[in-house]
Amino acid sequence: MIEAVGLTKRYGAKTAVYNLSFQVRPGVVTGFLGPNGSGKSTTMRMILGLDRPTAGHVTIGGHPFRQLPNAPRQVGALLDAKAVHGGRSARSHLLSLAQLAGIPARRVDEVLGVVGLQDVARRRSKGFSLGMGQRLGIAAALLGDPQVLLFDEPVNGLDPEGILWVRNLMKKLASEGRTVFVSSHLMSEMALTADHLIVIGRGQLLSDMPVKQFISANSADFARVRTPEGDPAQREKLSAALAGAGGQVLSEPDGALRVTGLPLPRISDLAHGADVRLWELSPHQASLEEAYMRLTQGAVDYRSTDDRLAHLQAPPQPGQPGYGAPQPQAPSDVPQQGWYAPPPPGQNPYATAPQAPAPGAPQPPAAAPDAARPSFQKQSDTTEDAR
Amino acid sequence: MAAVPAVLQSEWTKIRTVSSTVWTLAAALIVTVAMGAALSAVLKSSFDDLSEVERATFDPTFVSFSGMVLGQLAMVVFGVLVVGTEYSSGMIRTSLAAVPQRATFLFSKVAVAGALALVVGLVTSFLSFFLGQALLGEHRTTLGADNVLRAVVGGGLYMGLIALFSMGVATMLRSSMLSLGILVPFFFLISQILSAVPKAKEVAKYFPDQAGSKIMQVVPDALGSEKAPYGPWGGLGIMLLWVAASLLGGYLVLKRRDA
Repeated sequence: MIEAVGLTKRYGAKTAVYNLSFQVRPGVVTGFLGPNGSGKSTTMRMILGLDRPTAGHVTIGGHPFRQLPNAPRQVGALLDAKAVHGGRSARSHLLSLAQLAGIPARRVDEVLGVVGLQDVARRRSKGFSLGMGQRLGIAAALLGDPQVLLFDEPVNGLDPEGILWVRNLMKKLASEGRTVFVSSHLMSEMALTADHLIVIGRGQLLSDMPVKQFISANSADFARVRTPEGDPAQREKLSAALAGAGGQVLSEPDGALRVTGLPLPRISDLAHGADVRLWELSPHQASLEEAYMRLTQGAVDYRSTDDRLAHLQAPPQPGQPGYGAPQPQAPSDVPQQGWYAPPPPGQNPYATAPQAPAPGAPQPPAAAPDAARPSFQKQSDTTEDAR
Repeated sequence: MAAVPAVLQSEWTKIRTVSSTVWTLAAALIVTVAMGAALSAVLKSSFDDLSEVERATFDPTFVSFSGMVLGQLAMVVFGVLVVGTEYSSGMIRTSLAAVPQRATFLFSKVAVAGALALVVGLVTSFLSFFLGQALLGEHRTTLGADNVLRAVVGGGLYMGLIALFSMGVATMLRSSMLSLGILVPFFFLISQILSAVPKAKEVAKYFPDQAGSKIMQVVPDALGSEKAPYGPWGGLGIMLLWVAASLLGGYLVLKRRDA
């Protein structure tokens, strides 16, 4: 059981966490959601006694973390996958942690097997990928067979098999009666893993409820109904009929109708009775992701803006549009927000092979961190350690 | 409470499983012994060129320790890396999550690393002494002579204390690069230069390395060096105060600041 009361953390003028109170109960997986910079990691660090709260307090099993007797046997935590001395092997790293709590070395080999790192146990951890680092961090958390587990973004960098494994591991740990607290910024992941959700934004509590309740409170089933284009009269007629039967009818930007409160067969019957032809009648569910985005909309610190690239592109030649010229904006009646599920891969008639970037266009910077890696692997140990 | 023996054992595992430990300690030993041997050999052949005063205060023990000027830098690097890599790798958060008691964590780490540095320092000191004496020929001294054993053991203590002082500084600064950037020039250049500048040398006498190195001299003010207002043990005491201050400062920083 983790209990936070009025937890507040300020760094100078910036308030990272403000007046946060919540309980994390044993036996269920509690998801901790929030956009980047919302204070998730700060809260995790305060739970572990690494950062001192400016105000309020947080306890684990009734004790502040710093006063816990034999903390490693009671609380296991994965905070940062790469928080490992790169020159030390995975096994030595875990062994040093095991010795702190008087855990036998046999347990080290056990957890290495559990996370699937037994084959690289004696390799230096600086050669590990992010996913392997996450597995090593999870191994460290499991080491002391603790009753309380904290995981900060455990699925970052894991492959689909690893994500599934983490998901099942969390559920298994919770089913054994442990307290499991998992942070993430992915609503979709939490919807599958967690039983209870704590959502924060800008360091403040936005929502604290079971996942099922969150889903029913935030997602609404609806039907989309489309009448033949170019005949607004039919649309008006159907709207009136549906409203008269007790449904709520909203108009979508492209002329379709969004109907709630009526089952699909009833809508069909009503349309038939009103003598209106239908071009579409489909069931929809507003996704949890959307609900979460709506909830945290006002609390996003780092919002991306359009990359217009205007100053990088040559001005269009008059009379010669060419292929490189900017296309006119898509017609506004195409839905810009995702009302449609994206077509499955391979069936999208508009999908084409990835295009080579235009000459002079900037390369995406995504490859930069990887490019730096081989060079520091070549350095000698002493310079690596000196960093 | 994490039990102290458990933390000591864990710190020992940490220290023996990184290669920087072996490299820095081996460098400290080899550089000190080799440079001491080389200077002993040089002084043997040029003994007659020394000035009257230098010949009168010739200290064969101190000569064989000449390599400490460079060798201590490797000890500084060892001390800084033991603490600094916890911060640079982020391991400090894992460590403190496992040992929430800051004092237990820091002083166990310092005890293990300090004991190791002391052992290596003593081996270095005895090796330097015997090799240096063998190369000094007729100017040599023996371990049985007055105060020689004190100086040789003192040489080992000096190296251990340098490593401890560096650990304290690294804990205060929480960065390997910053600590090395300050400590290496300080011990290698600033302290040496200031000790040769009039007026400034009155202050420099109380620097940890200047004061501590007096323990290695058998002849007071050996080889015409500056007179000090304290004896060999007094000098070591001054150095101990520096070490205590740096470790206390490190502890306070660790206790007060967020990890």
